[in-house]
Amino acid sequence: MKQYFNAKGKPWLVWIGFALVGVVLAVLPFALAQVGTSWVRITNYAILYVLLALGLNIVVGFAGLLDLGYIAFYAVGAYTYALLASPHLNIHLPFWVILPIGAGIAALFGALLGAPTLKLRGDYLAIVTLGFGEIVRIFLNNLSQPVNLTNGPQGIARIDPFQLNGFSFGTYEKFIGLEFSGPIKYYYLLLVVALAIILVNVRLQNSRIGRAWEAIREDEIAARSMGINTRNLKLLAFAMGASFGGVAGGMFSAIQGFISPESFVLVESIMVVSMVVLGGMGNIAGVVLGALLLSFVPEILRWTVEPAQRALFGRMLVDPEVIRMLLFGLALVLIMLFRPAGLLPSAVRRRELAERAP
Amino acid sequence: MDTFLQQVINGLTAGSVYAVVALGYTMVYGIIQLINFAHGEVVMIGAMVAFTVINALAPAGLPPLAVVLIGTACAVPVCMLVGYSMERLAYRPLRGAPRLAPLITAIGVSIILQHLALMIWSRNVLAFPQIIASRTYFIAGAAITTVQIAILAICVGLMGGLALLVYRTRLGTAMRATAQNPQVAGLMGIDVNRVIAATFVIGAALGAVAGVLFGTYYGLAQYTMGSVLGLKAFSAAVLGGIGNIPGAMLGGVLLGLVEALGAGYIGDFTDLCQYGWLSGAIDACEGGGQFILAGSNYQDVFAFIVLILVLVFRPSGLLGERVGERA
Repeated sequence: MKQYFNAKGKPWLVWIGFALVGVVLAVLPFALAQVGTSWVRITNYAILYVLLALGLNIVVGFAGLLDLGYIAFYAVGAYTYALLASPHLNIHLPFWVILPIGAGIAALFGALLGAPTLKLRGDYLAIVTLGFGEIVRIFLNNLSQPVNLTNGPQGIARIDPFQLNGFSFGTYEKFIGLEFSGPIKYYYLLLVVALAIILVNVRLQNSRIGRAWEAIREDEIAARSMGINTRNLKLLAFAMGASFGGVAGGMFSAIQGFISPESFVLVESIMVVSMVVLGGMGNIAGVVLGALLLSFVPEILRWTVEPAQRALFGRMLVDPEVIRMLLFGLALVLIMLFRPAGLLPSAVRRRELAERAP
Repeated sequence: MDTFLQQVINGLTAGSVYAVVALGYTMVYGIIQLINFAHGEVVMIGAMVAFTVINALAPAGLPPLAVVLIGTACAVPVCMLVGYSMERLAYRPLRGAPRLAPLITAIGVSIILQHLALMIWSRNVLAFPQIIASRTYFIAGAAITTVQIAILAICVGLMGGLALLVYRTRLGTAMRATAQNPQVAGLMGIDVNRVIAATFVIGAALGAVAGVLFGTYYGLAQYTMGSVLGLKAFSAAVLGGIGNIPGAMLGGVLLGLVEALGAGYIGDFTDLCQYGWLSGAIDACEGGGQFILAGSNYQDVFAFIVLILVLVFRPSGLLGERVGERA
C-alpha cells in the first residue's frame, strides 16, 4: 500500500492515513443513512461486489485464467445458504456453520470446473467457463422437478438473516444512542469480511503461491520447467477464487432474504470481469476501486439522469434506465481507450507498457 | 424414426443460422484474436431494422418475397455501418493494448448497442407479419416448411459465397495473410487496417442476414435476442476451432443438431420408469406414470455440455490447428 502515499521514512503518516480511512469507513453508514437507507443498501452491495472482484482477481489477475462464469460460484454459495437456512427445506442452521460449507462447496465446484479445463488456454477457457456458468443457472432454473430442490424461477424466499446468540443482523436496534438498522449492521459485517479478504489477498500475492501464479500467468511452460506444479496451482486458483465467491454468495442470500436464478445471469459475470479489468488486473487496490466504481456509477446515474432530463427538456424524453446503461457502456469503452491497462495497473503491467512504448 | 428425422431437420435449420453468425465471430477472431462480444447485438440490430421495414411495407400489397428482400437490403448496410464504426472507434485504438482491454470495450459496445435498440424499438416484440404462405412438405413422416428450406438454402449460399471470397479473391488472400502475421502482411503491401475493417464489415453483413433468417424462423425479433444467439454462435465457433472458417460452419450445424436431438430425446431417456429396477421404487410410476428427471427445458444445456466435452478431448476445437504455446 505504501507506494500510494509516498511516505518513505515517515511511518506515522501511514498510520494517520489508515486511521483517517478507518474513521471515514466507520462513520460512513450513518452519514449515508441521513441521505436515505437505500444508499446503505447500495454500499452493502458494492462491498459484495468488492468481495466477488477480489475472488475473481485471484483467477484472472494472479493466475491469468480468464473466467467468464464466475457468478456460478456466487450462485452456489447463495443457494447453499438459502437451502440450509430457510423454510424451503425447513432447515435452519446458523450462518457460521453454513458459510464454511458454502465456501467448501463453491471450492469443489471451482475444482470441478478447473479439472477438465487445465489444458485449455486463453479464449477456449473463457468460453468453457462461460458455458459452465450458464449450465449452473439452467440447472437452478429447472431443479424444481421432479424433486423440488431450488424452487425453479420463483426462487427461495424468507431466508434467515445472520443470527448470533439472539443478536440478529436483520432487525432494527438502538445502541448507545445510535440507531442501527439491519443494513447498517450488515455493513459492518461486510466491511470486516472485506478487510479480511483484502488482507488474505495482499498476503497471498507475495507468497510462494502468489509468485507461482504470476509465473504461470506470464509463461506457463517456463513456470513448469522451474519446477512449479502448474496443475495443482491452477486448480488451487480456481478453488480459492470460487470459495471467495461462495462466501459472498452466502452473505448476499442472507442480506437479500430472497434469491432466484435471475440474480446469477451471464451479465453479472461479465460485470465482475469488467470490474477486475477496469480497475487493473492483479492489483488489489485497483480491483477494489473498479468494483466500487462500477457499482456506484450506475446508481449515481440512476439518481441524476431523471432530474437532469427534467431540467433540460422539461419532461422525460427517454427512459432513465436506458440512458443509465448507455452511459455505463460508454464509460467502459472510454476508460479502456484511455487507460488500456486499467485505472490502477499492476506493477508488472506498468512495466510491460513502458517497455512497449518507443 | 420420424421424431429423429424431424429433429434433424429442425436442428439443421437452426444450426445453419448459428453457423452464419459464428462466421462473424471466427473471422474477426482469426484476424485480430478478439472475441467480438458485440457481434450478437449486430445480428439483433439487423433483425430489428429488417422487421421494421417489413412491417411498414406489409400492407402495401407488394409480393411477400420482395418485402422480405427489401427489409434485408435495408438491414445489411445498417449493420455494415455499425460493424465498421465499432471497429474504428472501439477496437482499432486498442491494437497492441493488453489482451483483455478490447474484450471490455466489446462488452461496452454490446451494452450500448442493446440499449440503443431498447431506446429505438422499446421492449416490444416485433412480430413477423403473416405474409408468407408457408407450405409444409412431408419426407418420411417428418415435416419441413418452405421457410426452413429457404433458410437452409440461403445459409448454404452465404457460406459458399464466403468461402469463395476468402479462398479465391485478392481480399480473401489479404485476409488470410493478415491472420497469419499482420506485420509481415503489412510489409507485403497489404493495408492491414483496411483488411481488418473489411472483415468486420463482411461479418456484420452476414450477421444482418442471419438475424433476418433467425427472426423469420421464430416469427419474432426483440432487443434481447442478440445475447442468446450470440452466445450459441460463439460456442459454435469455438466448437469448430475459433479462427477457422470451415470450423465455424461445422460447429454451427453440429450445435444445432445436438440441441434439437437433445431436446427431443432427453425426456425419454431420463424417464426413470422405463428402467425396470427403478420403477418399482418410485410411486409415480404405478399405472404407467412417468418420472422424468430432465425435460426439454434443459435444451440450452446440451450446447454447452457438448462444447465442454469436445474441448476436453480436443482443446483447440474440432478443426482448430494446434497452436504453439507462444503463438
